[in-house]
Amino acid sequence: MTLTLFFQHLANALSLGSLYALIAIGYTMVYGILRLINFAHGDVFMLGSYLAFYGAAVLLLPWWGSLLLAVGVTTFFGVGLERVAYRPLRDSPRISVMVSAIGASFLIESLATVIFGGRPKGVQTPDWLNVIVNIGPITVMSVSLVIPVIAFVVLAVLLWIVHRTKTGMAMRAVSTDLDAARLMAIDVNKIVSFTFGTGSFLAALGGIMWSYKYPQLNPLMGVMPGLKCFIAAVIGGIGNITGAVLGGFLLGFIELMTVAFLPELSGYRDAFAFVLLIIVLLVKPTGLLGKNQAEKV
Amino acid sequence: MKRFGIALASIAILALALVGCGPAKPAAVKFGVFEPMTGANAGGGALEVEGIKLANQLYPTVKVGDKEMKIELVIADNKSDKVEAANAAQRLVDKDKVQVVLGSWGSSLSMAAGPIVKDKKIPAIGLSCTNPLVTKDNEFYFRVCFIDPFQGTVMANYAFKEVKAKKAVIIREVSNDYSVGLAKFFVDSFKKLTGDDKSILAELNYNTGDQDFSAQLTEVKKFKPDVIFAPGNFTESALIVKQAKELGIKTPFLGGDTWETPEFIDVGKKSVEGVVFSTFFATEVPITETSKTFLDAYRKQYNKEPAAVTALGFDGYLVARAAIEKAATLDTVKIRDAINETKDFPGAAGMITFDADRNATKSAVIKTVKDGKFTYLTTVQP
Repeated sequence: MTLTLFFQHLANALSLGSLYALIAIGYTMVYGILRLINFAHGDVFMLGSYLAFYGAAVLLLPWWGSLLLAVGVTTFFGVGLERVAYRPLRDSPRISVMVSAIGASFLIESLATVIFGGRPKGVQTPDWLNVIVNIGPITVMSVSLVIPVIAFVVLAVLLWIVHRTKTGMAMRAVSTDLDAARLMAIDVNKIVSFTFGTGSFLAALGGIMWSYKYPQLNPLMGVMPGLKCFIAAVIGGIGNITGAVLGGFLLGFIELMTVAFLPELSGYRDAFAFVLLIIVLLVKPTGLLGKNQAEKV
Repeated sequence: MKRFGIALASIAILALALVGCGPAKPAAVKFGVFEPMTGANAGGGALEVEGIKLANQLYPTVKVGDKEMKIELVIADNKSDKVEAANAAQRLVDKDKVQVVLGSWGSSLSMAAGPIVKDKKIPAIGLSCTNPLVTKDNEFYFRVCFIDPFQGTVMANYAFKEVKAKKAVIIREVSNDYSVGLAKFFVDSFKKLTGDDKSILAELNYNTGDQDFSAQLTEVKKFKPDVIFAPGNFTESALIVKQAKELGIKTPFLGGDTWETPEFIDVGKKSVEGVVFSTFFATEVPITETSKTFLDAYRKQYNKEPAAVTALGFDGYLVARAAIEKAATLDTVKIRDAINETKDFPGAAGMITFDADRNATKSAVIKTVKDGKFTYLTTVQP
């Protein structure tokens, strides 16, 4: 493999990995606070990209208008989802919440199939994201350069919120011990809502960027990315935001390098992601950056 | 919450009662429409259902012996999934007790239904599923289209003679029997034409539902082929062509009949301009009297040009209807025999005669994408 080719693969991996990272953060934050795998996260992602599509195609908003609309609505949807599907079960066994999450996921998928229709839809990518950029011998789309930037800005902002603000301090407290935090006069419900809102915000942002890069929507489009990003979150150490970003990049990189170095196995690339999950769970169940009993936000 | 539940239950009971009291339905002939209405192949399924529904509107009844009976369409969504397809087919033959099954778009989905219709002795008519294995060794499965050995040869010929390609790269949807089969027939034929065993530089794989093909396409770029043959589902294919353009690949793309769905252009937009693929029928060259009936009715109802598979859906319905009329009974084995005897049946997409393997022998049409529309190029005789 020539160096040029390797850098081209690397550039491809960087943009795919940062998409994974954006979505994995949502999984990891919710898990950090509630010890809950939000299986409906992938469907929130789908919802975000559909709303942006309808904002542009039906309401004829400019791209930033439809992006703001979709991100806003999806954020509230995520908060509402927690109210309806998870909050009533907060004191129930964890398995009940998990079943509820799976149920919510199926519900959203089926509703989307009924409302949006089962046929795939093509997305109009904004022109400035659809420019071919040549960096030396490497060719990428401008959208592939924008996505990593967004991922890093998001990571920086989140780390700042968690470690430097009052809300962040409350989040860390809730994640350490929910009941103790409540005794310390922290409004736990508000913190949980904030976490779900942030997670859904990122899922919508990730979904819209995804639909700009792969301009095709269908009601089940969130399933596979959802699972992959869950894997990314576990690899990085679930509960750890930096870990989720790292896991996302790692997963994107491994997936693309599998195809690059073992082209005859490229049909198995999803399988590689899952094998990776099994290996991580066997060898280092806490993930790369996860620590036992450490702060989990 | 409880009161709401009771209210809901009473509504349900009331609804049941209403259905029960309704006038007894006249006995109808049931056609099972076995198509993907949701999932990755939904676009294709919808096109075929359009054709079947149109035929049902024009010819809503069938004469069984001397009794005029209504034809009822029972639509079963196979969800573009092999397991769901088997469930849907089982439901059609067990619960709905249909006399004939029509479909499905997608060879893998049709193959999932194969053993079920064979077991229950219900004749099935495939509309656009082109993999030879659909009807092979299954005397209850027919199809009103050509098969992939022919289609693969047609496209290999096109690549060799029109594109003047000496080297090709294949991109296959590895979990899709249609794509793998068609790719194989193209490879065999292309090697024979070029007389060069190394004329296929690489065969790359992807999975149904994949959205990122940058790694495969970066490989393609390395090989510098004259032509790329990428048969597969329309959304994935459109994304492949789009991402290839983004990586600066200017090699012409060739594909198969599955590309002819509106979604292919909708997803691929400008990047799919100029791709070439084979299909079953072009509205520019009506073949039979039925073609004209079909085209007039379709244009009047939908105000656009029909896709080839829509014409095949129309044809499948007509073949089944004619066979029931001929058999003059609803006995499914006798209907099967009548279908088997179909000879020179004028369908919208050409004359239909079933060969020993229950396939129709038909000419292929080559189309391209021009100014955001599927445009007719030429016809290839078998």
